[in-house]
Amino acid sequence: MLLLAAPLLAVAVAVAASALVLLATGNSPSKVFWVMAVKGTKTEAVVSMLNRAGPYYISGVAVAIGFKMNLFNIGVEGQYRLAALLAAAAGAAVTLPAPLHVLVILLVAMATGALWAVIPGLLKATRGVSEVISTIMLNAVAGGVTALLLEQYLKAPQEQGGYTVGTRPIGASGRFPSLNAAIAHLGIHLPAANRLQAYIFVAVAVGVAYHLLVWRTRFGFDLRASGSNPSAAEASGVDAKRMIVAAMAISGAFAGLVGLSQVLSEAGRYTSDTVIGGLGFTGIAVALLGRNHPLGIALGALLWAFMDAVQTPLANEGLPKQITAIMQGLIVLSVVVAYEVVRRTAARREASELRRAMPAPEVVRA
Amino acid sequence: MLPSAEPRAPGRAEVPAVELRHIVKRFPGVVANRDVNLAVQRGSIHAVIGENGAGKSTLMKMLYGMQRPDSGTILVDGAEVSFRSPNDAIAAGVGMVHQHFMLADNLTVLENVILGREPRRFGMIDRSAARRRIAELGATYGLPVAPDALVEDLGVGQRQRVEILKVLYRGARILILDEPTAVLVPQEVDELFANLSELKREGITIIFISHKLDEVLALADDITVIRAGTTVATADPRTATTRDLAELMVGSELPTPETRDSTVTTDVQVRVNGLTCRSAHGRPLLDDVSFTIHRGEIVGIAGVEGNGQTELIEALMGLRDPDAGTIELGGVDVTRWSTRRRREAGLGYVPEDRQRHGLLLDAPLWENEMLGHQSQPPNVKGPWIDGGGARQRTEEIVERFDVRTPNIDVTANALSGGNQQKLIIGRELMAEPQAMVAAHPTRGVDVGAQAAIWDQLRAARSTGLATLLVSADLQELIGLSDALLVVFEGRVVARLDPSTATPQQLGSYMTRGDARDAGPAA
Repeated sequence: MLLLAAPLLAVAVAVAASALVLLATGNSPSKVFWVMAVKGTKTEAVVSMLNRAGPYYISGVAVAIGFKMNLFNIGVEGQYRLAALLAAAAGAAVTLPAPLHVLVILLVAMATGALWAVIPGLLKATRGVSEVISTIMLNAVAGGVTALLLEQYLKAPQEQGGYTVGTRPIGASGRFPSLNAAIAHLGIHLPAANRLQAYIFVAVAVGVAYHLLVWRTRFGFDLRASGSNPSAAEASGVDAKRMIVAAMAISGAFAGLVGLSQVLSEAGRYTSDTVIGGLGFTGIAVALLGRNHPLGIALGALLWAFMDAVQTPLANEGLPKQITAIMQGLIVLSVVVAYEVVRRTAARREASELRRAMPAPEVVRA
Repeated sequence: MLPSAEPRAPGRAEVPAVELRHIVKRFPGVVANRDVNLAVQRGSIHAVIGENGAGKSTLMKMLYGMQRPDSGTILVDGAEVSFRSPNDAIAAGVGMVHQHFMLADNLTVLENVILGREPRRFGMIDRSAARRRIAELGATYGLPVAPDALVEDLGVGQRQRVEILKVLYRGARILILDEPTAVLVPQEVDELFANLSELKREGITIIFISHKLDEVLALADDITVIRAGTTVATADPRTATTRDLAELMVGSELPTPETRDSTVTTDVQVRVNGLTCRSAHGRPLLDDVSFTIHRGEIVGIAGVEGNGQTELIEALMGLRDPDAGTIELGGVDVTRWSTRRRREAGLGYVPEDRQRHGLLLDAPLWENEMLGHQSQPPNVKGPWIDGGGARQRTEEIVERFDVRTPNIDVTANALSGGNQQKLIIGRELMAEPQAMVAAHPTRGVDVGAQAAIWDQLRAARSTGLATLLVSADLQELIGLSDALLVVFEGRVVARLDPSTATPQQLGSYMTRGDARDAGPAA
């Protein structure tokens, strides 16, 4: 009961607060919400939402793995950008049968993300450096390294035309087809310009892997125990330092997959347009929204993507699309507050139940 | 036997500075204090003595407003008070010097003293007023300090002086000192005592918590003894001896161990040799400790808390690297083994603080059953958790160890302390360990659960388990142990036979490390 109360309460508060913002800026809340509800559920917007939700979800999972053991991996941003570049370059450099080619690209991305994330892990385990600080710093370093590698070594010759700097394109065997043909069989016909990307399946696979790893394996038990009670975990035989490095590596491996959505589709290469920035930070918000739960993160990613997807319809109607960014922020804020309120309520309730169940012991008077 | 707990009114008609009447404080499942009576005369040094866990700290927290009594009255200068926070206590003139100093290392002495009560002038801190006031206090009470020195540069004794000054600066006339000598070297102790005598001369009332009997006799004007949560006696330091006090602290009679067949075998299961651990500053926490535990034997560790028990437990469990010495388990040197490897080799562990070291409070019971055994069947199959196996094992534990719970999916939080402990004992014993470290296995549990846990430990002993029992409960130690080691300042100072040990012996060894005027050792 309480589990559902928090997110519902949070969304209600966020909607109310956004309405106030709209009123204060002279806009009509009812009109904005109407456009969101009607245009946001049109096929085009839904496709756009699903395409965006995949990377958000993977990013959310990458952050959530850290959260499960009280590690704050803010470095997903740097991890996925570096991983996407190297994976795209590797994919363009080889030609393999279709499934293998894609697999190699995914594995290169995961390995790159993991290695980059292990750096803050090792720093924390051996020298006690806060991963918050080191991952933020490494984001900046990753940005520089990515630009340098691209410019110096991995840039495609200018035959592509235009000013876009990017890697060479990956062969067709290394790309996912769009799902338009597949869903046409279901009777949904999308215009050619409106592609539903197959990368959503990678997100689903990540979700399943996350669930199995964290809730079904010994390793996951150690991870959750470390997050829940570090000293009890250590007493139970968990090597805390090794756990930090392992958790960062796995978080980074998932982070490596965040940026490949466009690279593995029709674009087929790394450019500043196909691998956009900021997904790593969105992942933090999405993981918070979803409370690190595989399905919760999915809802968070879809909600976030929905807010992005309705920007175009809002703009087309002459309404302020910035309201979606405001709402995203308000939802995260209210979710954090709502969960805390619910947690305290639950704790108080439990305490009073305990008092009722435990009558005061007899006092022996001498 | 000395006269018991009535306030010592005769001869001193003056209203006591602090008086506690019939104080009761309960925590879920345990009574920390019951029927506590204490009268502290104004301008005197009043020692409150008792073993760790006897309830001294809870009592002082109530007097300092950090906790509220469930019933009973607290009177300060004859007026009833009800403190909701330490601020209320300070406003009534009661201040506390904690055992662990509460100072900001990177600030100066002056800044620390005035922190939170800064004198202001035009909205700015009035440093010269603060300096004058501190100099004044220092001169009045004989507490010279260098106001501009950084606290991080000060020694322990000086830091304590700053703490005392801080409390006086806030206007306290009644000082509570929580084991102030625990952190001091002998010379600093002498200085502290001189300071306290000076404070007394200036009319300050001092409540001094300790379990060091020689110090108490040297310093205090009155002594109140707490045992098992209640004030059992008052004593006059002019006539009492350490032997009297030790007896009052541990009880007049030791429980007799029940007659039973010894199950001790000749197979050595645990052998600890020359185990030494030092603090970061090189102070020995564990000093050349050696002992063996045979199959079917329970070896008890007696001692006032903080004399190396925690370090011994951690070293045995692989949670602390010893600086010297070896640990053998079943004839194999495990000194360098990880905690997990030791556990897999059959070393069970009942931690001293079950909530901090033994449970995942927000996880269901069956996951808590896995904790510490998450790499072994029936909890896992290969790399995967075997939920079915773990749940079945948990059901068995609930059944056999009488864990009172609606089901095994409730979180560990929902259980009472006694049932949490039964779950821990159950999961450790069900794993059929070769040896087990049991630290305070019945601390804070009700009498029924205590008896059940003792029975389980005895049953495990009779099937060959080698147990190290660390406890502050003498009844438990004597009732369960086949051999008793007394630790003091990290050393094993005595090896006693629980059936012949006397309270005087135990009290003297535990509080002073030797048995002067306590008769010969067994």
